[in-house]
Amino acid sequence: MTKVSMTVNGKSVSGEVEGRTLLSSFLRDGLGLTGTHIGCDTSQCGACVVHVDGRAVKSCTVFALDVAGAQVKTIEGMANPDGSLSVLQQAFQDNHGLQCGFCTPGMVMSAAALLADNPSPTEAEVRHGLEGNICRCTGYHNIVKAVLQASGQDVSKIAAE
Amino acid sequence: MHNFDFVKPATLADALAALKSDGAQALSGGQTLIASMKQRLAAPATLVSLTGIPELKGVCIGEGGLHVGAATPHAEVAREAAKHYPALAALAGGIGDPQVRNRGTIGGSIANNDPSACYPAGVLASGATIVTNRRRIAADDYFQGLFTTALHEGEIVTSVVFPIPQKAAYVKFDQPASRFALTGVFVAKTADGVRVAVTGAGGDGVFRWTEAEAALSANFAASAIAGLTVSPDGMIHDLHGTPAYRAHLVKVLTGHAVQAAA
Ligand SMILES: Cc1cc2nc3c(=O)[nH]c(=O)nc-3n(C[C@H](O)[C@H](O)[C@H](O)COP(=O)(O)OP(=O)(O)OC[C@H]3O[C@@H](n4cnc5c(N)ncnc54)[C@H](O)[C@@H]3O)c2cc1C
Ligand code: FES
Ligand code: FES
Repeated sequence: MTKVSMTVNGKSVSGEVEGRTLLSSFLRDGLGLTGTHIGCDTSQCGACVVHVDGRAVKSCTVFALDVAGAQVKTIEGMANPDGSLSVLQQAFQDNHGLQCGFCTPGMVMSAAALLADNPSPTEAEVRHGLEGNICRCTGYHNIVKAVLQASGQDVSKIAAE
Repeated sequence: MHNFDFVKPATLADALAALKSDGAQALSGGQTLIASMKQRLAAPATLVSLTGIPELKGVCIGEGGLHVGAATPHAEVAREAAKHYPALAALAGGIGDPQVRNRGTIGGSIANNDPSACYPAGVLASGATIVTNRRRIAADDYFQGLFTTALHEGEIVTSVVFPIPQKAAYVKFDQPASRFALTGVFVAKTADGVRVAVTGAGGDGVFRWTEAEAALSANFAASAIAGLTVSPDGMIHDLHGTPAYRAHLVKVLTGHAVQAAA
């Protein structure tokens, strides 16, 4: 076992890990941050997306030791400081952008990274930016709408399909 | 996954020293290797991360063209190469999805040499040079078949140098589930002629379509290849496409790439 330290959602954390400990396992099992979901464990579904130094990555396909010292942000760090939902999270709720909610943490993290890079994306850019996230419930339409609304664009003309 | 020792050196010299130990293997973005380890297709005793070595990272113009450090993630190439070599930047920006692009690297991609990967087509069509810790290898000598390259045991890619063509484009027909190329064609027009490299089709991995190169060198227009045929012999056959389908795509995508480049 080796000691690993990093900053997660603004707090310094550390724990004992093996070489093979994935970032997803460290977050979930080591830190109890179970909002990061493991859908496929094969870098296909995006349920495990977190930010490492501001960039979205699939935490099931990164070793914890490889991101020692990094700034990590998970879904637990996305709400406003007073605990209310962030604009992006609220937009998911307003637009029915989630059903079972399993994909939602990854969707929110990917969407947040997308908006940080491109604050006013087109619908096509949102779809391209979410290509690494699979949702088995919503049909994506309302997720795309939520991201567009969170970017401050008028979505009232987009039909709810 | 079997357990292993993890080391993350800060210099190339330390990485090369660590790679000398028995059962040591390089880890770059991990977007291929970690999946192979989970399936126990790979079980290194020591993993040597290349992601903390500044000398292996970054994109810059230098002698011979555009230099891309081996451990540079696809997303960084997409951003940083855009003004120097837009076709290469577009290729990098179309690999997988944003998360794969934030971790996966050019060095890992061309060391792996997946027959459906994008970079091998860009490297071969550009006539790039693969720089390792020991030597410089021309792209024509580097790709040697399915998941096979000219790299020796303990040799690592440090950078890739791309001469910048006059015109170029990569057109990829996505395999939508894997996001790899079902077939992809990179066309590069240089002062010395045209090079056409095909990925996702050849049973032996990336290859050059030399008849199209000759025709396009004489006349750089999609119509120049109209009379050519591509043989399906030896092409990949899987549930996503037959050899005949891929052979058809090679010609269609080459035409599209010429149009996109022109
Ligand atoms: C969902 C998904 C979609 C993808 N879609 C595409 C796609 O559309 N097109 C595409 O081209 N690729 C695609 N990929 C693959 C991706 O580009 C990988 O990043 C790439 O194949 C491997 O690069 P890596 O840096 O992750 O290497 P790693 O996984 O770290 O390593 C791969 C291999 O290369 C060796 N290696 C790594 N670096 C070096 C080096 N510098 N010198 C020598 N050996 C080295 C390792 O030991 C290992 O054997 C996809 C992957 C995923 C998971
Ligand atoms: S759990 Fe990581 S991509 Fe599916
Ligand atoms: S809401 Fe169920 S998987 Fe997306």
